[in-house]
Amino acid sequence: MSTATHKLLKGATGDWEMVIGMEIHAQVTSKSKLFSGASTAFGGEPNSQVSLVDAAMPGMLPVLNEECVKQAVRTGLGLNAKINLRSVFDRKNYFYPDLPQGYQISQYKSPVVGEGEVIIELEGGRTATIGIERLHLEQDPAKMLHDKLPSQSLIDLNRCGVALMEIVSKPDIRDAEQAKAYVTKLRSIMRYLGTCDGDMEKGSLRADVNVSVRKPGAPLGTRCEIKNLNSITFIGQAIEYEARRQIDILEDGGKIDQETRLYDPSKGETRSMRSKEEAHDYRYFPDPDLLPLEFSQEYVDELKAALPELPDQKKTRFVAALGLSAYDASVLVAERESAVFYETVLDKLGNRSRDGKMAANWVINELFGRLNKEGRDIAGSPVSPEQLAAIVDLIGEGTISGKIAKDLFEIVWQEGGDPRALVESRGMKQVTDLSAIEKVVDDIIAANPDKAAQVKDKPQSLGWFVGQVMKASGGKANPQSVNDLLKSKLGV
Amino acid sequence: MSVDAATVRRIAHLARIAVSEGEVPHLQGELNAMLAFVEQLSEVDVEGVEPMTSVTPMQMKKRLDVVNDGGIADDIVANAPATEGHFFLVPKVVE
Repeated sequence: MSTATHKLLKGATGDWEMVIGMEIHAQVTSKSKLFSGASTAFGGEPNSQVSLVDAAMPGMLPVLNEECVKQAVRTGLGLNAKINLRSVFDRKNYFYPDLPQGYQISQYKSPVVGEGEVIIELEGGRTATIGIERLHLEQDPAKMLHDKLPSQSLIDLNRCGVALMEIVSKPDIRDAEQAKAYVTKLRSIMRYLGTCDGDMEKGSLRADVNVSVRKPGAPLGTRCEIKNLNSITFIGQAIEYEARRQIDILEDGGKIDQETRLYDPSKGETRSMRSKEEAHDYRYFPDPDLLPLEFSQEYVDELKAALPELPDQKKTRFVAALGLSAYDASVLVAERESAVFYETVLDKLGNRSRDGKMAANWVINELFGRLNKEGRDIAGSPVSPEQLAAIVDLIGEGTISGKIAKDLFEIVWQEGGDPRALVESRGMKQVTDLSAIEKVVDDIIAANPDKAAQVKDKPQSLGWFVGQVMKASGGKANPQSVNDLLKSKLGV
Repeated sequence: MSVDAATVRRIAHLARIAVSEGEVPHLQGELNAMLAFVEQLSEVDVEGVEPMTSVTPMQMKKRLDVVNDGGIADDIVANAPATEGHFFLVPKVVE
């Protein structure tokens, strides 16, 4: 594995290195909550998706949702992690209105998933391996609204008790780019697995980021934790700001206080969140309402056998079977929806081994390029995989030139329709009939006797003739035939 | 093991129980009596013994992933001192 060189920050006293660890909170995709039968759907009426268990009414007992366990194990397998056949639910005690129980049911000493690793993709085709420390199951707390009333906060318990996977990385991340790539990769893996929808706007995926700085090779510095970042852009910005803040303090001879901070996107800065005298004392202990979580190796093996193809495997297959570049393959597999789109195009192609690579270029350059320009995602593409496959077929079999294909793509994007029928009805077929091309070539040469005479001395001016012939034929002449004809007629 | 007055005040604060200064010495005595009682357990050698989690060997019961609860917002907020539109209202707690 190539070790990625990472970004260092320049300070007055030399270079500084960032050391970053992340805790990702990912909402488990399940119909009902971790310990109750209330719905997990987003956006319900306040407190309409709450059972008496979630509201912590006296005497209510939690019963574990087996689907959430399955999803956590599948995610662990996707992170190449050790699956613990025995784990324990603990109570994390704290007093706050977002958890009416007065404690969060979590896993402390014995998490369901242990150490693993993910490979992240960086700019320029570099990769880095980030270690996973653990993954455990816990309850999501309730949502609080602070800005609706002047002196009161509103509490909606709908989110309270939804299953979360807390995924803790090792402090292996070295700069903001790696941090962003790490979250992107985790989200991609979980979307492939269908274990978390990764919708950061709806809060299904949130990140806490631990940042410290040190001189390269020096011991670890004191870290600060930035809580609840809900966009990949903010993660990058918060890390850059926080590292710079710490460097400034250290270079002024100060020291870093270990503390929790919040990122304010409107100001682009982090600020202290909890004062030290309120330092939390969670008094963890095993939840006496729940037995240890135990399952067999056979259960894990069955889940493993049923996992879908994950992005890294898909990438490897695209490179090996279709000859795509590692970079193109990683672009295609980054989002599950993109990979599905590309594979549907492949399925519809007339000649997959001939045109598979060209189809990848068309998906990445033309389609993604156009979608990005218009701020749409792949689900909102006006061009279907079938239509794109037909366009690629038409190029591959020589019916249209690549240049005409771009016009055709534009027509399909704007107006829709069957590409094959469009090529017929609009006369876009490439002219391969040599006599027809020959006539155009003759006309151009006859109209430009001076230039024709110069070609022998300046062979590069042949390109000008090719351009003129293509223009005169409306781009429909076969460029290779034009080239050959011009060469023979001009004696080059 | 025993607790001092400061620990008593801290435990009370963490549990959000109002304890007046006058009550502290009394509670400290009670807590220490209980701890001394439990302390007797440390006389037993449990080296290498797995902590017991159940008196009978049994697997944890699990539920199927079905939605069969909720839709009772009126009941959920029925005991709340202050509500608005089925939200609980609490004194402003923003960090």
